[in-house]
Amino acid sequence: MQPFVSHTGIVSPLDRANVDTDQIIPKQFLKRIERTGFGQFLFFDWRFLADGTLNPEFELNRPVVNGASVLLARRNFGCGSSREHAPWALADYGFKVVIAPTFADIFFNNCFQNGMLPIRLAEEDVDELFRRARTAEASGQPYRLRVDLPACVVTDDAGFSRSFSVDPFRKRCLLEGLDDIGLSLQHVDKIAAWEADHAVPAGA
Amino acid sequence: MSSTPRTLLDKIWDAHVVCTPSGELPILYIDRHLVHEVTSAQAFEGLRLAGRRVRRPEKTFATPDHNIPTTDRRLPIADPISKQQIDTLRNNCREFGVRLFDLGDADQGIVHVIGPELGITQPGMTIVCGDSHTATHGAMGALAFGIGTSEVEHVLATQTLRQAKPKSLELRVEGELHAGVTAKDLVLYLIGRLSTEGGTGHVIEYTGPCIRRLGMEERMTVCNMSIEAGARAGMIAPDQVTFDYLRGRDYAPRDFDRAVAEWERFPGDPGAVFDRVEIFQGGDVVPQVTWGTNPAQVVGIDATVPDPTAFRDPNERDSGSRALDYMGLAGGTKIVDIPLDRVFIGSCTNSRIEDLRAAANVVRGYRVAPTVHAMVVPGSGRVKRQAEQEGLDRVFRDAGFEWREAGCSMCLGMNPDTLEPGQRCASTSNRNFEGRQGKGGRTHLVSPAMAAAAAVTGHFTDIRHWLYR
Ligand code: SF4
Repeated sequence: MQPFVSHTGIVSPLDRANVDTDQIIPKQFLKRIERTGFGQFLFFDWRFLADGTLNPEFELNRPVVNGASVLLARRNFGCGSSREHAPWALADYGFKVVIAPTFADIFFNNCFQNGMLPIRLAEEDVDELFRRARTAEASGQPYRLRVDLPACVVTDDAGFSRSFSVDPFRKRCLLEGLDDIGLSLQHVDKIAAWEADHAVPAGA
Repeated sequence: MSSTPRTLLDKIWDAHVVCTPSGELPILYIDRHLVHEVTSAQAFEGLRLAGRRVRRPEKTFATPDHNIPTTDRRLPIADPISKQQIDTLRNNCREFGVRLFDLGDADQGIVHVIGPELGITQPGMTIVCGDSHTATHGAMGALAFGIGTSEVEHVLATQTLRQAKPKSLELRVEGELHAGVTAKDLVLYLIGRLSTEGGTGHVIEYTGPCIRRLGMEERMTVCNMSIEAGARAGMIAPDQVTFDYLRGRDYAPRDFDRAVAEWERFPGDPGAVFDRVEIFQGGDVVPQVTWGTNPAQVVGIDATVPDPTAFRDPNERDSGSRALDYMGLAGGTKIVDIPLDRVFIGSCTNSRIEDLRAAANVVRGYRVAPTVHAMVVPGSGRVKRQAEQEGLDRVFRDAGFEWREAGCSMCLGMNPDTLEPGQRCASTSNRNFEGRQGKGGRTHLVSPAMAAAAAVTGHFTDIRHWLYR
C-alpha cells in the first residue's frame, strides 16, 4: 500500500447526508473482478445523465472542483452495503481524504485498507468548511485543505485549523504503508496456539 | 471465580481475542467465514499475488447468490461479465479448497439464508462475510458482521481479523406484537426510532419478552436489518428456540447435547452493563411502510407521507425532501393510497419458509391486481423445495405471481431482475436506497404479508383488516 503522510488538495463538497455505498458505486459495476478502474463509475447515477453525458447539476462535475482530492461530506457517509468498491472508486477517481461528521463503520475501515484517510470533524467544523468552500468557489477559486497525518491536523490558508483523531494502529499502517495481513501473520504462532486450545470448539 | 458480569458480546469477544500486540488492534479469531461472488474475487487474487493460502478452508463456505439469474438454471448465464464473476468464484474455491454450494447444488441460496439453514452458523461463534447483512447470523447468538474485501483477504489468510471492540447497545422490547404485526415491522419501527446511524460503532443485542417470543426465522429478520440502523452486528442470546432450530441440521454438532451445554453459558450475566440501553414497547408497533430512500424513513400503514419541510434537523429535512422528489410522492398522501407496479417477495430479510407461508396465506384465493407484476424468490434451494412440498408455489402461481429460483434477485438487481425507471415496488428486502432495485426504481420496504396484500389490491393495504380466504 502507498504510504499516506500528508496531503494538500482541492476540496469537493458533497452537501447531502446519508450518502450510501449504492450511490458511491451502483451495483451494475460490481461485476468486475479487479480492484482498479472503478473511478469512471463513481457516483454514476448522479454524475451522468440518461444519455451518458455529465450532469452539470451534480456538485462534483463543476469545473471549479476539477482535480479535487479531498471529499467534504455530511453525516453517515458510506452507509449501507459493505462493498469495498466504494473506496476503490473514490481512490481511483483521485480522492485521498474524506471529511465528514460521521461515517458508517464498514466504509470507515475500508478506507484505511486502501490508503485513504477518513477524517471525522465536529458537525460545526464541517459546516464551516462547507461555508469556506462556497465562499472560495463563489470567487472562482477552488478551496484547498492540507492534511498532516503525523500531527493529525487539517488546515487551510486562511486560519482554519482543527485536529482530528485516528486510531494509532491505523495511523501507523497509513504512515508506513503497511500490509495488515503481513503484520498479522507475524503472530501466526499465537493464532496456531489459539486454534490448538480450541481444537474442539463449542459446536464441533 | 467471581468476575464482573459480562454481556453476550463480552463473552464472545473475550473467547476469541487471540492477542493484542502492543500498540495494535486486537486480533480476533473467526470461526466461520462466508463468501459470495461479488466481494471475494479481489481477495483471492490478493492471496495468489502474495503466494498465500487459505488458512482454514474447512471454516470457509461459499455460494453464488448476488449476481445469478433466478430463471431456469439449466440455461447458461446470459451476461458474460456475471458469468465470469461466478466462474471466478468456482475456480477460486477449487484452487483454495473451499466448500462451494454452487449453482445447481441443492443447498445453494442466499448466503445468509443457507448459513443458519445448514447449521453452519452456531451460537457463540464469530462469523464474518463480505456483506453487510451478515448480522443475520447474530440471531443464533453469534457475533456476526460484514467486512470489506481487504478484510475478506485478511480472514482467508489468517482466519482472524483486526478489530477494535465495538460498544454494546441493548434494545429491549417489552410486551408483545399485535396480530398482523411481524418481525419486519418491528425492526423497521426500531430503525425509524434509532435513525440510520443510531447504532454506528455499536453491536445491538435485542432483548426483552417481545424478542424472546419470536421464532428463529423472525429473529433473523430482526438481526438482518441491524446494519440499517448503522450497527455492524445485531444479536439475540441463544435459548431453547435456537437449540430446537439447530438440532438435526447438516452441519450442527454431532454431540449436540454437549454443544448445548456450552452454548447455555453464552447469554449475558444478570447485571451485565451495556454502553447504552434503549427500551421500546412491542405493542406500539403497527405494520410499517417506508416512504423515502433510507430505511429509517418509515411510518405506520395508518399514517400519511410526512412533510419533510417540518423536520427540525436540517440534514433530515434535506434528505427527506430529496427522498420525496425521488420517490415521486407528496407529503400528506395517505400510505394506503399509494399504488404499486411491482411486488418483490424475497431477500435475506424475508425469503425463508415462514415468510413465504405468511405471504401465501394472504394471497390464497385471490389474484394479483392487473396493474401489478409480482414475484416470489425463495432464499434457498431448500426453502424452494419445502414451499413446493407445501403447495405454496401453486398458491402464488395461481394468484399470478412468478415463482423463481433462489438468489438475491431484485433485492439489489445485479442480475436481470430490476425495476424500470419510475416503477414503484413493495419489497420485502432491506434497502430502499435510490436505484437499489434498478435505476430510477422506487422501493417501499414492507413485511411479506403486507407485500402480498399490496400485490392483490394494487396499493398498500392494512394487513390487520385482511379477509383471509
Ligand atoms: S438478499 Fe439483498 S441484502 Fe441480502 S445478501 Fe443478497 S443482495 Fe445483500
